[in-house]
Amino acid sequence: MNRIDRTFARLRTQGRKALIPFVTAGFPSVAATQALLPALVRAGADLIELGVPFSDPMADGPTIQHASERALAQGMTLAQVFDVVRDFRRTDADTPVVLMGYANPIEAMGEERFVQAARDAGVDGVLTVDYPPQEAESFAARLRAAGLHPIFLLAPTSKPERADEVARLGGGYVYYVSLTGVTGAGSLDVAAVLARIPALREHTGLPVAVGFGIRDARTAAEIGAVADAVVIGSRLLEALEGAEDPAEACWRAEEFLCPIRRALDEGVAQ
Amino acid sequence: MEYHYPDARGHFGPYGGVYVAETLVPALEALAQAYEDAKRDASFRAEFDYELEHYVGRPSPIYHAKRWSEVLGGAQIYLKREDLNHTGAHKINNCIGQALLARRMGKPRVIAETGAGQHGVATATVAARYGMRCVVYMGEEDVRRQAANVYRMKLLGAEVVPVSSGSRTLKDALNEAMRDWVTNVHDTFYILGTVAGPHPYPEMVRDFQSVIGKECLWQMPQLVGRQPDYVIACVGGGSNAIGIFYPYLEHESVRLIGVEAAGEGIGTGRHAATLVAGRPGVLHGNRTYLLQDEHGQIRETHSISAGLDYPGVGPEHALLKDLGRAEYVAVTDDEALAAFHALCRYEGIIPALESSHALAYAAKLAPSLPRETVLLVNLSGRGDKDMHTVAERSGIRW
Repeated sequence: MNRIDRTFARLRTQGRKALIPFVTAGFPSVAATQALLPALVRAGADLIELGVPFSDPMADGPTIQHASERALAQGMTLAQVFDVVRDFRRTDADTPVVLMGYANPIEAMGEERFVQAARDAGVDGVLTVDYPPQEAESFAARLRAAGLHPIFLLAPTSKPERADEVARLGGGYVYYVSLTGVTGAGSLDVAAVLARIPALREHTGLPVAVGFGIRDARTAAEIGAVADAVVIGSRLLEALEGAEDPAEACWRAEEFLCPIRRALDEGVAQ
Repeated sequence: MEYHYPDARGHFGPYGGVYVAETLVPALEALAQAYEDAKRDASFRAEFDYELEHYVGRPSPIYHAKRWSEVLGGAQIYLKREDLNHTGAHKINNCIGQALLARRMGKPRVIAETGAGQHGVATATVAARYGMRCVVYMGEEDVRRQAANVYRMKLLGAEVVPVSSGSRTLKDALNEAMRDWVTNVHDTFYILGTVAGPHPYPEMVRDFQSVIGKECLWQMPQLVGRQPDYVIACVGGGSNAIGIFYPYLEHESVRLIGVEAAGEGIGTGRHAATLVAGRPGVLHGNRTYLLQDEHGQIRETHSISAGLDYPGVGPEHALLKDLGRAEYVAVTDDEALAAFHALCRYEGIIPALESSHALAYAAKLAPSLPRETVLLVNLSGRGDKDMHTVAERSGIRW
């Protein structure tokens, strides 16, 4: 059984919601990312989305753009991303890791090589921002054949039949983009997001994670009241900005995530 | 030749498609549907034609560059004078079409990306013409290189937003325009300037630009009694080239040559010759040839002409290359500049640096061909915007 399914099954029996931090691999440094993954788990992460940096991150706001540029400037490659995951797996056999990024680095490596390397490294799911379902048939099939989940996005603008497509091709969870905008944008209409979630869950038969625009403990708890998971990326990366060494990056990440974890658990308990 | 591209999902063989984040998928579907409806609507086509005639000044003439041909001593060079269009380039053809579509879809705000500024100026122009709000994204580096066009856009009432991410050129402006569109998709129409991007843009922009080639099809027989032997156009994203190539695809005796920017030379790595030196990948919503490193990161490009300084190319050109129906070559900054000066001095026409790439290849080809051979070059824009670049390059201050 895929670690993602196991994790959501466990959380369901515990009556808890998943906290999914997103970090860009190689930001603020490769060494920091290596240290960060276990630190995120210590701070309460149930699943980690690891961003694969790309030169042209079209769906990302300034924070993740900047993190990608910094990571690439330090020579971060897909092969190194796999090294980071492999390293993490030596000490953590349970926490799922989902790679999130864009199509071209995958295509440059070759779909087949990519899927094999991802599986060997201990990756559990892959979210490719610019592979919508209609362009991802073969890639999704390859991932599923290797026991990995293709994760798809759904947006406020998505028509109902898109959820069926995602149900057919995807697995693990659905990533619901909470707003029409780029990552890290400001305006989140919590009520509108919450209204969409039950139907998404029903149509896809998958847990629903909400991301893009979740900024703090309060919004996380509000969304977590209905969603199965919350994803938090840009604000976490902002907290890491300027960390001088891996230890400081870890300390900052824990300080940032702990209150969110708490709010998510308490919010749900209320 | 059997040629029916793109298919219903926007694929040109293995190229094209809709490689975008989910947020944009419904907007692109709505756009594709609106375009299909408009295409079938006689009143839409009539208004497009009317605007091209009375506002843009079409048809643009074809001119026999006799003196220059004489100097080169071979084939005869004919120029399709897109530089004479209102706003000074072919870009306006597409902008009229998309602005009419935006109005039809009830979108009061238009956005655009621009490199050299020609597409930005054309978009700002049609926005003023139809009373729409307009925001143009332009790389910081291009804002510096093309100051005159920035001022033109502002005069026309557009807001110009300098883009400081990535390489600060056209590709980054396109990223930023996409981000704006994702955020404001409810009231905003993205007027994309070239035959790249996600479906339906490559098809739609091709259709609007193919007025260029359609005119050539009746103009050339009037001028020389037949169709040309070669059609030559510069290729950045490839809209002026597709515009003149597309109606000639079925005329199989006509050789189609796309000229890319070899910058400082292909061997130096400082160039923008995507089809000549790139390999397929996914960027900006479509699968096509790209300039990228071994890890799939997009490379920074270089060309003296901002409009060709782009690491991708329209997916239909990628297909035409693979099919062998069109050939793609590259000329350097220096060769383009030499052709620029030659046209100024022999014909009294100041060409855009982009178009100068097509002229440079024609100048290379002409001397080796008989005098009866006819080369038709798409003179896609005029060079007023390039005064500063050329003067700087020649060490002249003004």
